[in-house]
Amino acid sequence: MEKIYSHPKSLRNLSTHYCPGCGHGIAHRLIAEVVDELGIREKVIAIAPVGCAVIAYDYWDFDCSEAAHGRALAVATAIKRVRQDNIVFTYQGDGDLAAIGTNETIHAANRGENVCVFFINNAVYGMTGGQMAPTTLLNQKTSTTIKGRDAGLHGYPLKISEMLALLPGVKYIERTSLHSPPEIIKTKKAINKAFLNQIEGVGFSLVEILSPCPTYWGMAPKASLDWIRDTMSKEFPLGRIK
Amino acid sequence: MPKIIIDRDKCKGCLLCVSFCPKKLISKDRGLNKKGLNPVKFSDKSGCLGCALCAIICPDCCIEVYK
Repeated sequence: MEKIYSHPKSLRNLSTHYCPGCGHGIAHRLIAEVVDELGIREKVIAIAPVGCAVIAYDYWDFDCSEAAHGRALAVATAIKRVRQDNIVFTYQGDGDLAAIGTNETIHAANRGENVCVFFINNAVYGMTGGQMAPTTLLNQKTSTTIKGRDAGLHGYPLKISEMLALLPGVKYIERTSLHSPPEIIKTKKAINKAFLNQIEGVGFSLVEILSPCPTYWGMAPKASLDWIRDTMSKEFPLGRIK
Repeated sequence: MPKIIIDRDKCKGCLLCVSFCPKKLISKDRGLNKKGLNPVKFSDKSGCLGCALCAIICPDCCIEVYK
C-alpha cells in the first residue's frame, strides 16, 4: 500500500494555533507542498505578516523573516535585491496588505519587484478580535460594524487585486478560494505559477486567496465555506485578473 | 484497499472532512483528544476510495491517505 497524501516536508509536524476550520492551515500546506515539488526549500525565504499568521515561521520548515505590520513587501524587496538567487515570497492577510501596508504593496507592485505575494483575504481582522477590514463586504457584521458594513459610513470593500492589475509592473494576479477541494487544487496551481514566474524572472505575482474565518464570521466551518462560495465570491470574483 | 489514518491529537474537530467524504466514512468521535476536543474517526474501511478529498480540505494536515 502506497502513501498518496501526507504532510509536506516543508511544513513542521506541529499543531497550529489557528481556530478549527481556519483557512490559514490549508494555505500554509499548499505553499509547503509547492516548495517541496519545485525543490526550492533551500532557496526560499518567506516574509511573515502581522495578523493571525504572525508566527507562520514556526510552522514552515524553511527560512523565514518577520516584518513590521504591513511592511512585508518592503522587507521582501530588500531581501530579493540583495540575494537575487533566493526565492522570496510574502504571506499577508487583508489587514496587513490592504490596510496598514497599502503603501508598501502598491509601490512594490509598481516597481515590479520580482517577488511572490500570497494575499489571504478573509474579509475581517482575525487576530485583533473580528473588526471590520478594508475587504469586509457590505452588510457584513463584524465587531465594529454591528449592524453590517454601511457604504455611506464605512466605504466599499477594497478590491486590491483589481487595483494592482492596472499597474504595468505587475505580471500575474489570480484570485482563488479555499471553499472546496477543486478550488484548493486551483489555488495550488496558482501558487505554483507565481513561484515559477519568480524563478523565470517574469516579475511581480500576486495570488489572492479567499479564506474562511469561521470564528469571526460567527459560522460553523462548513457554513463559512458555503458563504465564500455563495456570497464572498460574488463580491470578489474568482479567476485570473491579469 | 485504500484507507486513511487520522492524527487524533492534531485534529481540532472542524468536521470539514466529514462534509466532503463522498462515502460518508468519517464521523465525529465522542471521545476527547489531548486538546480536549472531539476529533473525527474513520470507520467502515471497506468503502474508502482513496480520493484524498478529506486530506485536501483538512486545515490541520492530520490525514494521511494510503492507496
